[in-house]
Amino acid sequence: MPQNDIKISVKNLDAFYGKNKVLHNITMDIPSNQVVAIIGPSGCGKSTFIRCLNRMHEVVGGTITGSIMLDGEDLSKNDPVLLRRRVGMVFQKPNPFPSMSIFNNVAAGLRLNGVHNKKEISLIVEKCLKQAALWDEVKDNLDDSGANISGGQQQRLCIARTLAVEPEVILMDEPASALDPVSTSKIESLIFELKKDYTIVIVTHNMQQAARVSDRTAFFYLGELIEYDITKQIFLNPAKKQTEDYITGRFG
Amino acid sequence: MKHRNYFLYRKKTTNVIMMSLTVIAALAAVIPLFLIFYYTLSKGIAYLNLNFFIAMPKPVGEPGGGMANAIVGTLILIGIGGAIGIPVGIMTGTYLSEFGKNKFGFMVRFLTDVLSGVPSIVVGVVAYTMVVIPMKHFSALAGGIALGILMIPTITRTTEEMIKLVPHSLREAGLALGIPKWKTTIAIVLRTAWKGIATGVLLGLSRAAGETAPLLFTALGNRFWSTKIMQPIASLTVYIYDYSKSPFEDWNQQAWTAALVLIILISVLSLLFRFVTRSKYKSD
Ligand SMILES: Nc1ncnc2c1ncn2[C@@H]1O[C@H](COP(=O)(O)OP(=O)(O)O)[C@@H](O)[C@H]1O
Ligand SMILES: [Mg+2]
Repeated sequence: MPQNDIKISVKNLDAFYGKNKVLHNITMDIPSNQVVAIIGPSGCGKSTFIRCLNRMHEVVGGTITGSIMLDGEDLSKNDPVLLRRRVGMVFQKPNPFPSMSIFNNVAAGLRLNGVHNKKEISLIVEKCLKQAALWDEVKDNLDDSGANISGGQQQRLCIARTLAVEPEVILMDEPASALDPVSTSKIESLIFELKKDYTIVIVTHNMQQAARVSDRTAFFYLGELIEYDITKQIFLNPAKKQTEDYITGRFG
Repeated sequence: MKHRNYFLYRKKTTNVIMMSLTVIAALAAVIPLFLIFYYTLSKGIAYLNLNFFIAMPKPVGEPGGGMANAIVGTLILIGIGGAIGIPVGIMTGTYLSEFGKNKFGFMVRFLTDVLSGVPSIVVGVVAYTMVVIPMKHFSALAGGIALGILMIPTITRTTEEMIKLVPHSLREAGLALGIPKWKTTIAIVLRTAWKGIATGVLLGLSRAAGETAPLLFTALGNRFWSTKIMQPIASLTVYIYDYSKSPFEDWNQQAWTAALVLIILISVLSLLFRFVTRSKYKSD
């Protein structure tokens, strides 16, 4: 990979909860404007890994050793609040703000980060809802509660909310696992659109999903990065036996 | 077959008995409430007219008159109390739930619990020593401070409990948007919990509005019109206390009416809160 195409570079990353080490010596580069899928059995550290990338890991009291660079800058050297505006996150369970309208959900990140120009905000809200493929469904009900739409719509609302603060990287932690197949396929085509403008890291336990949406796939097992390669390579011709066992469904 | 029916029968009768017990318990809880309301209404309604709200009390011995000063006085007292108790209570509750998992938080929580068990008359005495004595006279301010202190435990505990009900995922959503923690706490967590917090505030205010003992040493009472916070001020509860033990039949009557007005005042306050906190959205 040419050096300037690397968005995030992880080196010798160990992650801990207290004394409990859950990630062991992870080293991997995440290229710009690609979708990287993280797969692996439940509990292998996928969520922990992506939460290190926006320093949400430390919010629950976790710690790390090793280094993570974003555009060549060490994450630990900068303010986590500013970092999280550059590295957005979509969670497994849709979590729109229930006390806010659809419009205000998308505007929340802007307003609370100091943007107050009404016209600017409403332009951004519209743009983000369109990008999240939600605009047509909600444009007449922007003042309804963000919690009164379907689960799939809520998740797209959360994506729109994340887009509004104009991140460079979007982390998604099993964004479709709580959704029905129709909503899932909407989210998947959305990811395809978004990678033109953003670098995306998506955790999924759905192998077909990883194969469909990602350019590269990383297979984690018991806190270790077993294999990381072009997605096609991982699925058609895995180098490691464990990877092969996992993708063929022999364990997990 | 017969066997089984017997058990079914047993189960059914147990059901009916338990059901009846709960209904009786519910009635036992509601009946006193109903009686209080009934008595106050039937005894107090006679004097309940516009005059009672806008006229001043008549000099001792003269019948008639109203309690305009006491109604305004009670509002001013709970206003001052609220100005102290609401912010302190909400901030303390927020601190306890968001940052209070340490020794200091534990201590604050413990002290708040103790405070909620302190008899209100003791809080009155404290306000008397701390405010009235240094200022050398009774005042609405001293009364308001006493009421404010009394509100703090209720508002603190409700705020803490309500904030704890806000799902952790919303805090994470806020932080992940690059919103600083303190802003996330105010704009997302408090905002999500605010209906429940408002209930706690209402409870605190209502309780304060019904307090008499702490006012006796602080706001004292005033037979004249006064809205000055540095002067003694009238209140409905102190009037109820004075008038109900007076030998004048007319004053006894007015005490009932004052009690009725107090109940009405608290109900209006309650409705107002309901209105302010009503949901903007159809289905929740
Ligand atoms: N907040 C936490 N505190 C302590 N241990 C945790 C916490 N979150 C996850 N873990 C542990 O870390 C390991 C990895 O978990 P996680 O990253 O959630 O895995 P995955 O997302 O792949 O299912 C698991 O053993 C889990 O029990
Ligand atoms: Mg996970």
